[in-house]
Amino acid sequence: MNSEAGEGARPRRTIDVVNASLKRRYAKERRFRRLGATAVALGLAFVVLLFADIILKGYTAFQQTYIQIPVSFPAEAIDPEGTRDPEVIGDANYMAFIREGLRGLFPEVTQRRDKRQLKGLISVGAAQLVRERVLADPSLIGSTQALWILADDDIDMLVKGHIDRHAPEGARRVSDQVIGWVDRLEAQGRVAKRFNTIFFTHGTSREPELAGIAGALMGSFYTLLLTLILSFPIGVGAAIYLEEFAPKNRWTDLIEVNINNLAAVPSIVFGLLGLAVFIGFFGVPRSTPLVAALVLTLMTLPTVIISSRAALKSVPPSIREAALGVGASPLQTQLHHVLPLAMPGMLTGTILGMAQALGETAPLLMIGMIAFIVDIPGGFTDSATVLPVQIFLWADSPERGFVERTSAAIIVLLAFLFVMNLAAVLLRRRFERRW
Amino acid sequence: MKKTMIAAAVSLAAATVSAQAMARDTINIVGSSTVFPFSTAVAETFGRTTDFNTPKVESTGSGGGLKLFCAGVGVDHPDITNASRRMKSSEFDKCQEAGVKEITEVKVGFDGISIANAKTSGQYDLTLRDIFLALAKDIPDGEGGYMPNPNKTWNDVNPDYPETKIEVLGPPPTSGTRDAFAELAMEGGCKTFPEIKALKKEDKKKYKAICHGIREDGAYVEAGENDNLIVQKLAANPAALGIFGFSFLDQNSDKVQGSKIQGIEPTYDSIADGSYPVSRSLYFYVKNAHVGTIPGIEEYVEEFTSDKAWGPDGYLADKGLISLPDTDRKAVAEAASSLTPMSKPE
Repeated sequence: MNSEAGEGARPRRTIDVVNASLKRRYAKERRFRRLGATAVALGLAFVVLLFADIILKGYTAFQQTYIQIPVSFPAEAIDPEGTRDPEVIGDANYMAFIREGLRGLFPEVTQRRDKRQLKGLISVGAAQLVRERVLADPSLIGSTQALWILADDDIDMLVKGHIDRHAPEGARRVSDQVIGWVDRLEAQGRVAKRFNTIFFTHGTSREPELAGIAGALMGSFYTLLLTLILSFPIGVGAAIYLEEFAPKNRWTDLIEVNINNLAAVPSIVFGLLGLAVFIGFFGVPRSTPLVAALVLTLMTLPTVIISSRAALKSVPPSIREAALGVGASPLQTQLHHVLPLAMPGMLTGTILGMAQALGETAPLLMIGMIAFIVDIPGGFTDSATVLPVQIFLWADSPERGFVERTSAAIIVLLAFLFVMNLAAVLLRRRFERRW
Repeated sequence: MKKTMIAAAVSLAAATVSAQAMARDTINIVGSSTVFPFSTAVAETFGRTTDFNTPKVESTGSGGGLKLFCAGVGVDHPDITNASRRMKSSEFDKCQEAGVKEITEVKVGFDGISIANAKTSGQYDLTLRDIFLALAKDIPDGEGGYMPNPNKTWNDVNPDYPETKIEVLGPPPTSGTRDAFAELAMEGGCKTFPEIKALKKEDKKKYKAICHGIREDGAYVEAGENDNLIVQKLAANPAALGIFGFSFLDQNSDKVQGSKIQGIEPTYDSIADGSYPVSRSLYFYVKNAHVGTIPGIEEYVEEFTSDKAWGPDGYLADKGLISLPDTDRKAVAEAASSLTPMSKPE
C-alpha cells in the first residue's frame, strides 16, 4: 500500500505480508474459538447448576412419610344400626379412631401436654383420607387395620433429614420427646416413605403434607387449551390474510409493524389490559381459566402470527403458481396446497407460543390468579390458578415443607415445557419439507 | 370433525359463563399478603369441615384488597377483605359512595416484625433509636440540621455493638411489612430525638420524610417480598440482619434468632401482651350486604373467630398468628357474629 516503504529495500511480495500476519491471525481465531467454547461451557454450567439445585432440593418431595398405626373401626361408633348409609359412615369422628390407635402405641403417654404432642405426629388431613377409605370399603367397619397414616409435615421434614437433630431443643420445630417417639416408631418399622400420590391428586393446602399440584395442573390445562383454541385459528387466519390476500399498502404495513411491536410488549401490560377490558368492561369472572386464556391469547397472538407468516413464506411460489395454473381458485390454492405444507412450521410456532404462555406469571397477577384455591377446577369458569403462580405462592410460604414442594412443582413445570418443546422439534422433523 | 369439536368447546365455554354470572356459591376473599396465610388456613379448614365450598382467597395487598372490596355490592365483588392495617377514613368513604354501607370490622390478632440474624453469630439487643440511626437515610447532625447517614458499622451506631458492617435485608417499599416497619420501628426511634419530635407539629411532611426514609447506599438491601429468601440469605451470611414477619422467625428458629428490641425478645407472649414494640394489628372486613346472598359467610367468620382457630392454642397460632387477649377476643367474636357495622375510622 505504502509505496515509499519499499524505497531502497528488497521489494516485499504479497506472500511475505500474508506470512508475517499469519501467526497473529491464527492466534486471533484460536482466541475467538476459545471464547466461544467458554461461553457455551459457562451457559451449560449454569443450566446444570440450576437443574441440579432444583432436582436436589425437590426430589424428596416425591416421597412422603407415613406412620403405620393399628386403627380399629368400632361398628357401634361408626354405624350403630348397620345401615351402611354413606352419610352415617361419613359423619363418624375418624380422627378419634386414629388418635386411639396412636395412644395404643404409646401407652405411657398420659399427660395432657404430651398427648397434644403425640397428636401432632399425624397430619390434620389424615382423618379425611381414612374417611374416604372407609367410605370406599365399608367392610372395614368393625375390624382393626394396620393403616399407613399420613405424618405431619414437621415429622416428614425430620425423617427426611431437613431438621437439624443436633440443634438445641428450643431452636427446632420438634422437641426431643417427639424425636424419641419417631426413632422408636422407626425402630419398629412403623415409619416409611412412600410415593407421594397426594402431590399429584390434590389441590393446594396450607399443610405441606396435604398440598398437591393437581389444581394448578388442571388450571394450566384449561387455560392452555382455551388459549390454543382461540389463538391458533385467529393467528393462522390473520397470517394467511396478511401474507397471501391483503394488498400491500400503508395500512397493511402499519398492521405489520404493530404486530411485530406487540411481540415485544412486556407481558404485564397484557395483564393490565385484561383487567380493564375483559374483567372491567365485559365482566368476565376473575381468577378463571377463561380470563387467563383471553389475556394469554393476546400475548401469544403475535408469536403465532409471525411464525405462521414465516412458514407461509417458506412455501415456494411454484406451488401456488402450479395450483392456480391448473385452475384452482385462490382459496383452494391456500387450503389444499399452501396451508398443508406450511402447517408444521405453524404448529411449531404455536407450540412455542403455548410453552411461553405456560410459564407466564406476570399478566396473571393482575387478573386475580394469585389466589388460594383448594378445589380442583372442573371447567373454564371455575376459579383456578396455574403452575407458575402455584410455585410463586409456595415459595412464599413459611412452612419448611414447602421448600421441597416448590422445587418439585418446578420440576413438573420444566417437564411439561420439555415435552412441549420436544413435540415442536418432532413435528418439525417429521413433517418439514425442504425445497 | 375438528370444526365440530371446536364449536362444541366454544358453546360449552359460553354455557358455563352464563351459569357463573347468575350466582356464586363460593366466598371470595381478597387482601393483605400478611393475613393470607391465616385466611387460607381458615378457608381450608372451613371447606373441610362444612358442606360449603372452600373460599377463594386472593393475595392482593391490603390497599388493593380494600379497593376491590369497596368497588360495589354484587356477586362480582369480593365478600371479605383482609388487611394488615385499619381501614382508612378515605377508604371508608369510597365504600359508602359505592353503596357498601354496612361493614363489619374484625380484628384478628397481631403480627410481630422481627429483626433477626443467623444463629451462628451473636444476638443483638437493639433500641429503636439504634435501628433509626443504622437505617435512616438522613440523621440529625447535632446542630439542628440533617446529614446523610454516616454510620458504616454497628459500632458507629452504638459503641456496645461489634465492629460489623451494617447490612440489613428487608422488604421493598411495596410491602406492607416495610410500611409497618417504617411506622413502628423507624418512627419510634426517630421520635426519641426531641428536635424531630418538635418537627412533627411544624412540618408533617418533612417529619415523615426523615422518619420513614430508609437509606439507599447499600446498607439496606431490598430483598424482595419473599421472606423465605431472606432467611436463606441470613443463614449464608452471619454478618447480615434481616427484617421479616414473626411467623417466619417461628418456623425457622433453628437457623435464625430474633434480636431483642428495647430489651424484649420477639416471642409469642411478648407480642401478645404488647411489650414487644414492633408489632401491628391484623384485620378483616366483611360486607354485610353479601351475608345471606353468598352462602357461608357467617359460618366462615364464626370459624375464624372460634377458639380452635384464633385462640392461643388454635391452629392459626401454629401458623404464627398472635392472639388477642382473652377478653378482647370474646368481645370481637361477639361483635363479629352479630355483624355489628363499624363506624367511620378516624
